[in-house]
Amino acid sequence: MTLRPDAILEVDALERRFDVSAPWLNRLIERKPRRTLRAVDGVDFIIRRGQTLALVGESGCGKSTIAKLVTGLHAPSGGNIRFHGDRDRLQMIFQDPFASLNPRWRVARIIAEPLRTLRPETPEAEVSARVDELLRTVGLAPADGLKFPHEFSGGQRQRISIARALAGEPEFLVCDEPTSALDVSVQAQVLNLMKRLQKEMELTYLFISHDLSVVRHMADVIAVMYLGRIVEIQPTADLFANPLHPYTRLLLETIPDLEAPKRDRAPMGGEVPSPVSPPPGCSFHPRCPLAFERCKQERPERRSHVHNRRVACFAAEEGGPDVR
Amino acid sequence: MSDVVLDVRNLRVEFPTRKGVLVAVDDISLQIRRGEILGVVGESGAGKSMTGMSILGLLEPPGRIAAGSIHLSGDRIDDLDDRAMQAVRGRRIGAIFQDPLTSLNPLFRVGDQLVETIRLHTDLDKRQARDRAKDLMREVGIPAVEERIDSYPHQFSGGMRQRIVIALALCAEPELIVADEPTTALDVSIQAQITALLKRLCRERGTAVMLVTHDMGVIAETADRVAVMYAGRLVEIGKVEDVVRRPQHPYTIGLMGSIPSLRKDVEELQMIPGAMPRLNAIPPGCAFNPRCTQAGPRCRAEVPRIPGGHSTGAACWLAQTGTVEKGEAA
Ligand SMILES: Nc1ncnc2c1ncn2[C@@H]1O[C@H](COP(=O)(O)OP(=O)(O)OP(=O)(O)O)[C@@H](O)[C@H]1O
Ligand SMILES: Nc1ncnc2c1ncn2[C@@H]1O[C@H](COP(=O)(O)OP(=O)(O)OP(=O)(O)O)[C@@H](O)[C@H]1O
Ligand code: SF4
Ligand code: SF4
Ligand SMILES: [Mg+2]
Ligand SMILES: [Mg+2]
Repeated sequence: MTLRPDAILEVDALERRFDVSAPWLNRLIERKPRRTLRAVDGVDFIIRRGQTLALVGESGCGKSTIAKLVTGLHAPSGGNIRFHGDRDRLQMIFQDPFASLNPRWRVARIIAEPLRTLRPETPEAEVSARVDELLRTVGLAPADGLKFPHEFSGGQRQRISIARALAGEPEFLVCDEPTSALDVSVQAQVLNLMKRLQKEMELTYLFISHDLSVVRHMADVIAVMYLGRIVEIQPTADLFANPLHPYTRLLLETIPDLEAPKRDRAPMGGEVPSPVSPPPGCSFHPRCPLAFERCKQERPERRSHVHNRRVACFAAEEGGPDVR
Repeated sequence: MSDVVLDVRNLRVEFPTRKGVLVAVDDISLQIRRGEILGVVGESGAGKSMTGMSILGLLEPPGRIAAGSIHLSGDRIDDLDDRAMQAVRGRRIGAIFQDPLTSLNPLFRVGDQLVETIRLHTDLDKRQARDRAKDLMREVGIPAVEERIDSYPHQFSGGMRQRIVIALALCAEPELIVADEPTTALDVSIQAQITALLKRLCRERGTAVMLVTHDMGVIAETADRVAVMYAGRLVEIGKVEDVVRRPQHPYTIGLMGSIPSLRKDVEELQMIPGAMPRLNAIPPGCAFNPRCTQAGPRCRAEVPRIPGGHSTGAACWLAQTGTVEKGEAA
């Protein structure tokens, strides 16, 4: 992969396997082999400075694992991650704002922590001035710093997590389902805040969500994942206007549509197969309406179909049967 | 006989606490007819589950129904004793919750759980009940029923488990199903399968369904009518296309505007400033007034209600009378 001058993150052939074997003794008694799960299976993408790349896909496809690999919470089993920024200024926002906030600490201390880690020599007065400012930035009041996390609503707690992440003066934020636990009206407040901060501070986001309407609103580029792999990556508008991979089309067709409700939609059958024993060939073939013989044996690689439009599908690549 | 299956009138649910009485559901009235799906939406803490739990007779003390009535096909059910209510729950009302594991016993095979429930509510013998269980599993779309019937709940995926719960809820052919966030924990493709299943049951068996969810997209594609709750009160109710396309209550209007679009590009999402009040701090008058850009003197003094009939309308002075001034046009 070529190094792009404006890329802040380059992810190349990234892999992460987990050992999901039964305990050693059980394996011995029941004669079961070792089993590995490929949570992330050869993923590559780049993110440009100041942009948002979103990962979407159904539960278990590997989104959070990528987030943890990028933040260093997991080590890769293969491939590499090149971060052309300051590692200390990479922060993460999690889905559950309650689980990620220490319940015994007052909010001011929670927010101050990354700042104290980043610059331990900062005088107390400066720390507390900065905390007050951050609370205001995310739409809370300085007095809220004296309270404990449980005294806040879900949306307010997520604002606290954002304030904490900002305290580390981030340039890059990994956001794993930051609004999935929130009501839509609260989600709107948090998303608007995140967009505003991105503009003001030139932040780069790796944004994870399973909600395509949220992703459409937030992302410049969208990567669609299925069973540990990126099956398609496109700029947001293009992905919605011209989805290339059959799985992307399935996802787009299945989301309930508020503006043009399809009340008699026929749901697509099948479930996501187990990642421990994914189907051979293209792992989507058991559910794919376009699958043909080759799909059952060979694994499609992600090729550039058009510039910046990459898809891993034989049908889409060959302009095969029934592709727009 | 009328085809009203569920008739809730002026329901009030209270939680007595040391600091005073909290009102979690405040004067809610709604009806569901045979074969109709009523969607119930509103933000976290609005009282959706408490309404559902009251209908199911599953309110946990100290929560209690303090006023109002609930009728099921003409029979009053809110004043039944525990045993009688338990019979109604199994036989005449089915329940589906967000987490299928709350409805399934992890220690028993799903087939045995289905057979037991069927035998409790019908006079089929063991063989017949097992056949019926298989039919139900097929009906809810479980593949390879002969192989799966003797599996344990943990051997199914989340979507499959939720289908087993639906099969369990259908065992006694209930008149009403209360489904509280049945697809919230599931992926979109599975969610579409479950909602299609609910719709089919409604159409083919005439079951009435109360579908609680916060996903407006699901409501738009599934429900016939929708009720919007805010701070324990009903703020708007009506046909789904009316409420979605032409919401009247300022809260509903704000809610619709805050949902990111799949078509339109906007730089900023519409926001409702502030947050829903806690139960111990509900303002006088319209509960939405501190967040409402149109609020006037009347809104801060008098509680607006859905106009009589309860089947359509908005609990908003402005929507009802065209003014928020006191005393006028009242
Ligand atoms: N520590 C671990 N040990 C074993 N398996 C794991 C571990 N962490 C994740 N997995 C597995 O890796 C796969 C990817 O998980 P991951 O959490 O990345 O999915 P996700 O896309 O974030 O899903 P969700 O939308 O449910 O959050 C799953 O099959 C998961 O069970
Ligand atoms: N045991 C209790 N004591 C006091 N208040 C309670 C109790 N249980 C629930 N409540 C309150 O009742 C209100 C209504 O809760 P309910 O569970 O019906 O909300 P909901 O609309 O279903 O929300 P969600 O979308 O989060 O499920 C909430 O404000 C809740 O805090
Ligand atoms: S490679 Fe074949 S099975 Fe896979 S998505 Fe494309 S057409 Fe379908
Ligand atoms: S009654 Fe008044 S405060 Fe309440 S929603 Fe209507 S206009 Fe707003
Ligand atoms: Mg995840
Ligand atoms: Mg609830």
